[in-house]
Amino acid sequence: MAAERTQEIVMGLNGNEAVAWAVKQCNVDVVAAYPITPQTIIVEEFSEFVANGEVNTEFVPVESEHSALSACVGAAAVGARAFTATASQGLALMWEILYIAAGLRLPIVMAVVNRALSAPINIHCDHSDAMGARDSGWVQLYVEDSQEAYDTVIQAFRIAEHPDVLLPVMVNLDGFFLSHTLQDVRILPDEVVKKFVGTRDPIKIKVPYLGDKEVPLVLDGETPITLGPLALPDYYFEHKMPQVEAMEKAKEVIKEVNEEYARLSGRKYGNGLTVAYGLDDAEAAVVLLGSAAGTVRYVARELRREGYKVGVLRIRAFRPFPVEDVVEKLSNVKVVCVMDRAISYGARGGPLFMEVRSAFYDSPEKPIILNYIYGLGGRDLPPAVARKIFLELLDIAETGRVKQLINYVGVRE
Amino acid sequence: MSELRGWRALPLGTVPLKFSTEFKTGDWRTFRPVINQEKCVKCLLCWIYCPEMSVVWDGEKVSVNYDFCKGCGICARECPVKAISMVPER
Repeated sequence: MAAERTQEIVMGLNGNEAVAWAVKQCNVDVVAAYPITPQTIIVEEFSEFVANGEVNTEFVPVESEHSALSACVGAAAVGARAFTATASQGLALMWEILYIAAGLRLPIVMAVVNRALSAPINIHCDHSDAMGARDSGWVQLYVEDSQEAYDTVIQAFRIAEHPDVLLPVMVNLDGFFLSHTLQDVRILPDEVVKKFVGTRDPIKIKVPYLGDKEVPLVLDGETPITLGPLALPDYYFEHKMPQVEAMEKAKEVIKEVNEEYARLSGRKYGNGLTVAYGLDDAEAAVVLLGSAAGTVRYVARELRREGYKVGVLRIRAFRPFPVEDVVEKLSNVKVVCVMDRAISYGARGGPLFMEVRSAFYDSPEKPIILNYIYGLGGRDLPPAVARKIFLELLDIAETGRVKQLINYVGVRE
Repeated sequence: MSELRGWRALPLGTVPLKFSTEFKTGDWRTFRPVINQEKCVKCLLCWIYCPEMSVVWDGEKVSVNYDFCKGCGICARECPVKAISMVPER
């Protein structure tokens, strides 16, 4: 394995190019995508690979995102490995097909380059696009840097196609902060990735009207099966339950794939579900998703050097949400600040806050949990702001006094 | 109808339990087309127009497959000799 590791090449890639490279190496049969800022480079770069004959992928330049995901649904239904990428309004336009992809149990992988939703129109990062798709039945992974974007896309195919999962997977990377920022990215040899992802092997199902014969769950023309026809009140609910089960099982699969990939590349992202820093003795901790975790961890490291006990928990898998993991890692922290890069209008706090707070409801040991909503429409979270937040949390840890539960940080009054 | 299955006993991926022909959708009907064989001139316009392929032509006479006919009335409307009447279902 170590020998394979030395064969890695280092390339200067932005997050989007890193995604395109991963897709190139994953032996993808069909890519159907429509360009949208800040995702465009993925489609642009990948279509170059196609034009140069570097991949055997069927590239479908569709007329909209609705069609992009629909084409992927069709491709995946006949057994192909399919990929698409989008952002913001594009993901919004895919909305109805998101649920269909998940309901039909199609292991499509999609990169979502997180961008704010209109109005007003904005092309920069926040997580409101992906949070809108929160309940669509897709596995949602959030990455911190371009290297992780590359690594996670490769892992995503393994997670999506795992027989215990068979769910579409969304790999989220922050628009511009990652998509357009150059970074050294270590690229595994083609053969190593090819072996790691393997080929898509459809599972077999027993079909009652074929005398319980076992047939592959694909529209292969050999055996007549129908995907997704009418199910009325007598059966619809039952068809949804396997999705619930698959999401639960996905937790273990995400962990396993993270471990296996670590043996291959030497790179490991926490336990796959969450990435913890300094939580063993932290009095104050920040919980968040995506690229801002880098800034917050940098500040936490500085503060620890100054003697403050602070930590960071980055949530890598938002769906399935790692409830047990979050509770275990944060139980001994006095004050937790959940940072949301999205608003759930009319709700008591952001989407991540609601998850974390709800996870602790039954715990005898629970921290004070606050919500800081930040960085909408691409507003930066500079180290100075992260530092101020940590100091506020430490003050609350000492006094026990919470001034405000839900806070909007970095917005002008 | 057989007993309803639990979710663990269903094929994965929303694959149905039965062929579509086993779902008798004719029970959605509120009006049934009744053909007066005396008047029928066997022009088969009803057979052409039926959107559900529920008008049956056996080579001798026209009849309706009530398992799937939803009672839309297109056949009655199109019949040039008014041989089809729509009778309320009870």
